[in-house]
Amino acid sequence: MPVTTAVFYLLAAVTLGSACGVAFGTNILYSAFALMGTFLGVAAIFVLLGADFLGVIQLFVYVGGILVLTLFAVMLTHRIDVQVSNRAVGRLPGLVVVGVVATWMIRVARAARWTEGQPGPPAATTAGIGDAFLGTYVLPFEVASVVLLAALIGAIVVSRKEVKG
Amino acid sequence: MSELSLAHFVVLAAILFSLGLFCVVTRRNAIGILMGIELILNSANINYVAFARYGRGGYDGQLFAIFVIMLAAAEAAIGLAIVLGIYQRFETIDVEATDRLRG
Amino acid sequence: MTDAPISAGYVALIPLAPLVGAAVLGLGGAALQRRLGKGPIGLIACGTIALSFVLSLVAFVQLLGLEPEHRVPGLLADLFPWIHVGGLHVDIAFGVDPLSAVMILVVTGIGGLIHVYATGYMHDDPGYWRFFAYLNLFTFAMLTLVLGDNLLLMFVGWEGVGFCSWGLIGFWHKELPNTTAGNKAFIVNRVGDFGFVLGIFLLFWSLAPSGEPTLVFRELVERVNALRGQFVWGLPVATAVTLLLFVGATGKSAQIPLYVWLPDAMAGPTPVSALIHAATMVTAGVYMIARLNFLFSMAPETLALVAVIGAATALLAATIALAQNDIKRVLAYSTVSQLGYMFLAMGVGAYAAGIFHLMTHAFFKACLFLGAGSVIHAMGGEQDMRKMGGLWSHLPATSRTFLVATLAIAGCPPLAGFFSKDEILWQAWSSTFGSGLLWVVAVLVAGMTAFYMFRQVFMVFFGECRADHETQHHLHESPPVMTVPLWLLAGGAILAGWLGFPHHSAFEHWLEPVMGHYAAATASHAETPNLGLELALMAISVAVAFAGFGVAYLMYFRHRLRPETFSEALGGVPYRAVLNKYYVDELYDLVFVRGGLLLCRLIAWFDLHVIDGIVNLSAAIVRGWAWLFGLIDLYIVDGAVNAVANGTYFIGRRVRNVQTGAISAYLYVVLIGVLGGVLLYWSWASAS
Repeated sequence: MPVTTAVFYLLAAVTLGSACGVAFGTNILYSAFALMGTFLGVAAIFVLLGADFLGVIQLFVYVGGILVLTLFAVMLTHRIDVQVSNRAVGRLPGLVVVGVVATWMIRVARAARWTEGQPGPPAATTAGIGDAFLGTYVLPFEVASVVLLAALIGAIVVSRKEVKG
Repeated sequence: MSELSLAHFVVLAAILFSLGLFCVVTRRNAIGILMGIELILNSANINYVAFARYGRGGYDGQLFAIFVIMLAAAEAAIGLAIVLGIYQRFETIDVEATDRLRG
Repeated sequence: MTDAPISAGYVALIPLAPLVGAAVLGLGGAALQRRLGKGPIGLIACGTIALSFVLSLVAFVQLLGLEPEHRVPGLLADLFPWIHVGGLHVDIAFGVDPLSAVMILVVTGIGGLIHVYATGYMHDDPGYWRFFAYLNLFTFAMLTLVLGDNLLLMFVGWEGVGFCSWGLIGFWHKELPNTTAGNKAFIVNRVGDFGFVLGIFLLFWSLAPSGEPTLVFRELVERVNALRGQFVWGLPVATAVTLLLFVGATGKSAQIPLYVWLPDAMAGPTPVSALIHAATMVTAGVYMIARLNFLFSMAPETLALVAVIGAATALLAATIALAQNDIKRVLAYSTVSQLGYMFLAMGVGAYAAGIFHLMTHAFFKACLFLGAGSVIHAMGGEQDMRKMGGLWSHLPATSRTFLVATLAIAGCPPLAGFFSKDEILWQAWSSTFGSGLLWVVAVLVAGMTAFYMFRQVFMVFFGECRADHETQHHLHESPPVMTVPLWLLAGGAILAGWLGFPHHSAFEHWLEPVMGHYAAATASHAETPNLGLELALMAISVAVAFAGFGVAYLMYFRHRLRPETFSEALGGVPYRAVLNKYYVDELYDLVFVRGGLLLCRLIAWFDLHVIDGIVNLSAAIVRGWAWLFGLIDLYIVDGAVNAVANGTYFIGRRVRNVQTGAISAYLYVVLIGVLGGVLLYWSWASAS
């Protein structure tokens, strides 16, 4: 439906525009806020694709968690006297390589014959996801929780200041 | 304006991926590199969800995307902890400065 | 076929008694002389000789009691086996047969008289005990030489007398000329001994193929025929062996060319000269030829050489004696000359005549030497005849015995020298090996002998005394211990000749068993009983001798002839040549001594420059080689190692730059790697 497509293109433009801001921004803080924009755009795309629960999770975790964390890190590692040049080194070769990658992937994506099914009407997914987590995917769910625990502990350990003496 | 199809989303994801890759490869700021990684993960998520929608049905893709988000969070936490550690050590987060393994 | 020897153990005492005496005096003589004086020493020394003389008489009588053909091989005292190795079997054994009986009687008898004389002559010498120890030791060695039943034992005695001669010539060793004379005697003897030893070896070695080699005399007599037909270095073996043995004889018995030691040997005390260089040691060569007469008769060439050298030596020595002024020198050359006579006799095959002359010569030469000693003793040590004269009345015993001995040596009948010399002269003419030339030379020598001996008598005992007043004042006759031996010896000089009366020679008959085996070689008396010729020759020789006496008489008694007529004749050259012994000693010194030293220097130079040069060169080569290898090691081997290390380092340094430490670079690489992998997979997948 053209409306859907238009919406898609709009959301895509937001996302990609923010992503360009992340990639090509000079100030790290600007890049961080651009990243927020990207995350919002992606959340919207999720919703467009009928993954309502996922979109919310995206917002909670990415924007609310990871982005805040990133901003914290930026603030904590900022030195007044040192100008961290955010200017990338070797941008041109990077562009070339990335350009090659992008071109290639897009070509593949457009040329491939995707076996598509008819997308059904968007439905609420929360219950289903919940069932799946405690049903079929209970093991990965548990493991994931362990991973999160480990990451938590690890992060504390790694970032702890060396106690001298 | 063709019908919205899987290809659109895949292309979108591809472009997002490339941008993220560019970020990773060319950034000097460690946190910038981590941002690039987030972009890559997000592109992967878009792919997952798109395939879930246009694929055979079910929401395996979405589940996976949830897992990815979860792991991305964990990884971001650890990554930023490392960045803090680097900052403590090198007084800077310029990755060009962390060349102690040089040679 | 000869008998087995008769065992007579007492014979061993004949040489061993003086050995015991020598041992006692040698070891304890100094202490004995200090405690008890010189008397006991003289007693011991003369006592042992007296014992040997008595035992020699006993052996002689025992032999007399045997039939002539059984007297050979005679008595034997086999003490113990000495060397039994391979085919060589020699024992320490002493044997008495007619020949050695004569020798031991001469050695012990005349030697004994000389011992007695020496007790008086050496009375004032502090080395009295040493002298008699040597003298006894010498007697032991001489008796061993004469009594040894094999060539090796004879050689032991041969060497022994040589050693004692050295010790006795250089007895007054504090004066260098004396020791030098002793050394000269020993060294020249050594040269001869070398030939002697080679002769023994060659003899033994040549007998070996016949299966029964031996060096024992009584066995050699039978087996020597095995040498016929064998040749060595182109010569018949018998000739070679006898030549080598004769070389030894020329050394020991002072013939050309090894006579040069004897005149110098006069440096020793006069009794030494009398015993060793007149009566005994120098006769060893003559004895050796007599002992091995059967071997020499197989080698006519050697015999000819022997005769020629004997005659030449006699002539040479006589000419030198003409001009000598030292009383002992005259007698020394006279001895050499008379020894020449003996060798002449041996050379013409008249072995018995040679031994006969040996015996008579021992009597009168010993008497002459001892008399000279008496004169020197009276003159207080003076030996130059030009400072003597008119001693007749001062030294009655000495002068009379000296005159008797001189008459004997000159060949005046009927004294001993006449008979023995005449026998030699006759044999020189008539023997199958003889020749008229030899006779002429011998007669000439006889004339010269008469001349120089009477010259000596006249110069010493007659005319006015040319000594200074001090010496004249001290002139006195020697004590009886010295004059009695003189009388005894003079008596022997008178009487001994009758033993050898021509054609009825008891002496020759006595020696016949020993000499007669090869009677065919010495065909003399039997075939040509030309009595007239013999008497004529005899008369000529007597006349020549008388002529010699006459010249001496005119020159030195009546002083009618002036000696200068001869000494200045022909510009004085012959006189000076003769006075200086024809410069033979100087020639030997130049050729052998200096030549030897030159050779030494040459070899030393060679060793130093060539041998050491080679050694140093090889060392240098090794060093150079080592240096080269060092270089190789340093630059090539080490270079290779270093190159590897440097290369590794170089490559490492370049490669190391990949590790930039920059994370972005690493990520780059990862990305490209992944892309590459995907590309590869894609191409592979699309290809298949």
